[in-house]
Amino acid sequence: MSAENLTVTRSPRAMAWERRRGAIGAFCAEFARSRSGMIGLIFLLVVIVIAALAPVIAPAWMLDVTRLLDSPRFAPPSPEHLLGTDHQGREIWVRMVWGAQVSLVVGFAATAVSMVIGTVVGIAAGHFTGWVGGLLMRLIDFFLVLPSLILAIVLSSVLQRGVWTIVIAIGLTSWAGTARVVRSQTLSVESRDYIERSRVLGAGHWHIIVKHLLPGVLPLVLANTTLTVGSAIIAESTLSFLGLGDTTTQSWGAVLKNSMDVSAATSGYWWYVLVPGIAIVLVVLAFTLVGRAVENIINPTLRSR
Amino acid sequence: MSDAMPATEAVIIEEQGEARPRGVPALSYALTKIGGALISLVMVIILGFFAFKILPGDPAAAMARDRPMTPEQIQQLREQMGLDKPLWQQFGDYLVNVFTLNFGESYVYKESVASLIGQYFWNTILLTGTVAIIAIALGLWLGQKAGWKHGSLFDKVTTGTSLVLWSVPTFWLGLILLMVFGGTLRWFPTGGMVSPNPPDDVIGQILDVVSHMVLPVITMVAVVYAQYVMVMRASVMEEKSADYLVTARAKGLRDDLVRSRHAVPNALLPAVTLVFMHIGGLIAGAVTVETVFSWPGLGKLTFEAIQGPDLPLLQGTFVVFSAIIIVMNLAADFIYRWLDPRVRRA
Repeated sequence: MSAENLTVTRSPRAMAWERRRGAIGAFCAEFARSRSGMIGLIFLLVVIVIAALAPVIAPAWMLDVTRLLDSPRFAPPSPEHLLGTDHQGREIWVRMVWGAQVSLVVGFAATAVSMVIGTVVGIAAGHFTGWVGGLLMRLIDFFLVLPSLILAIVLSSVLQRGVWTIVIAIGLTSWAGTARVVRSQTLSVESRDYIERSRVLGAGHWHIIVKHLLPGVLPLVLANTTLTVGSAIIAESTLSFLGLGDTTTQSWGAVLKNSMDVSAATSGYWWYVLVPGIAIVLVVLAFTLVGRAVENIINPTLRSR
Repeated sequence: MSDAMPATEAVIIEEQGEARPRGVPALSYALTKIGGALISLVMVIILGFFAFKILPGDPAAAMARDRPMTPEQIQQLREQMGLDKPLWQQFGDYLVNVFTLNFGESYVYKESVASLIGQYFWNTILLTGTVAIIAIALGLWLGQKAGWKHGSLFDKVTTGTSLVLWSVPTFWLGLILLMVFGGTLRWFPTGGMVSPNPPDDVIGQILDVVSHMVLPVITMVAVVYAQYVMVMRASVMEEKSADYLVTARAKGLRDDLVRSRHAVPNALLPAVTLVFMHIGGLIAGAVTVETVFSWPGLGKLTFEAIQGPDLPLLQGTFVVFSAIIIVMNLAADFIYRWLDPRVRRA
């Protein structure tokens, strides 16, 4: 009796949430089965925790050059100087810990910009037929072929220098791939019967987009997000290397830029070049592994491969 | 870094299947594609103007950054750059300049941007062309083998290596190779395109250029080939379950022949378009690799334009780079049509 009552009185909203919880649970179980995905995820969590705890692990004074006058310069890795020191006597590992903060924040922020633009343009291009859709499709194709690094270079050399310029430059030039995937997913959702039903019942564009299309494309956007963070981190280091970065905030790319300015590569200070690069490779690889695992789960055509 | 992620290729391949143009008459197909390319080119040219003129940044102030300049000097610079004129007039001047292939004078080189680009253009084509040929051949070959034997040790090693190399910043790999093979081992020259005293005979000169190309080419191939592996692997895996392969096997063909004669030609179709779409990644690689190895090409020119900042030069390389990519994409459309008989017929 009471059980029956319960099923009857459950609101549609509660049922929707229950279904979503179930779907998320199934997703997590599926993800846990992917070994490379889990390795990537655990590694990323460790890096994020280290970055968040930077002030605790390595107090800020360890970067203060004026308090490091006695510290040896260009000391190779040893028990006292784990990963060696730089041209101002700063420990490389301390710079890596603090640099993780900047690199991750730039990576995530640029990805957020890119995902929002990509999702909005992609859904609009798939949903609106006629000239609006055609025009947006043209725009996506245009940005897809445009050399994004070159455009990012142009943007960051014209705008005021700083971390947020880098974020905007990367975000504005990397959304086209997402938009394309979102558009094609929108088209496939759009052809389902429940969209037709909703339209017949008088739903407007806004309702269909927010209630039906957005939930349909979000999983794909999620997979793309993890992959894009990796490329954004590489893009940031590339822009820093080209001298377009913010010299006051120390991302991993900025550390590499410093090492090049003192020509560490040709002077035999190999740790100064090697360590930041390996940090970038590992984190980007971890994002790629997680992204591929997520994509394997949500893209049915990739499953069972 | 590149525009497309290695893992999304399957989605794009699927989408291409649905958008594949079928049976369009040759002439109207060509005209549509050329028209599209022209529109893109015009958009690049317009973007090249607005990116430099309308954005909140002040080009004159950007150029004055990091150097002592009085307000009068900045004002003079503004006049010199035509920034004091009304916007529509600036845009008109710019269009005239672009269509007469004249991007003004470089501030750093004190030379016309067009002639600078002319000098460096073929060096970049030589470098990226070589890289493209090697990377595409290597990537497609590894990709089809890995996709065919999906899940095998070969597949795991190939995919793993590709993913790791994909995650490497191009310039950093270049620095490492430079450090090991140019610095420590001294096997190859560390930069430039020719030795200070090149040999007298032609063969010696060619070998000289080749030895300068080895490290930059290896760097770019290593980072770029991965995406071709992933594209081709996904494409072969897509074909693997097709009925015609069952028929081919039922005829008693060896596995090798089923792969090379039946599966691979069909898998190549969607891969080719994607390969050309990824040319943008090559161009991005050229900027950093040419900078690391001081290769006298458009990429190094771009780097020097940033250091200036030399905005006319940057504007010029931006438009030329974009034009190269648009032309490559147009070529991809025609190659695709030529390769796929279903599109060609009619």
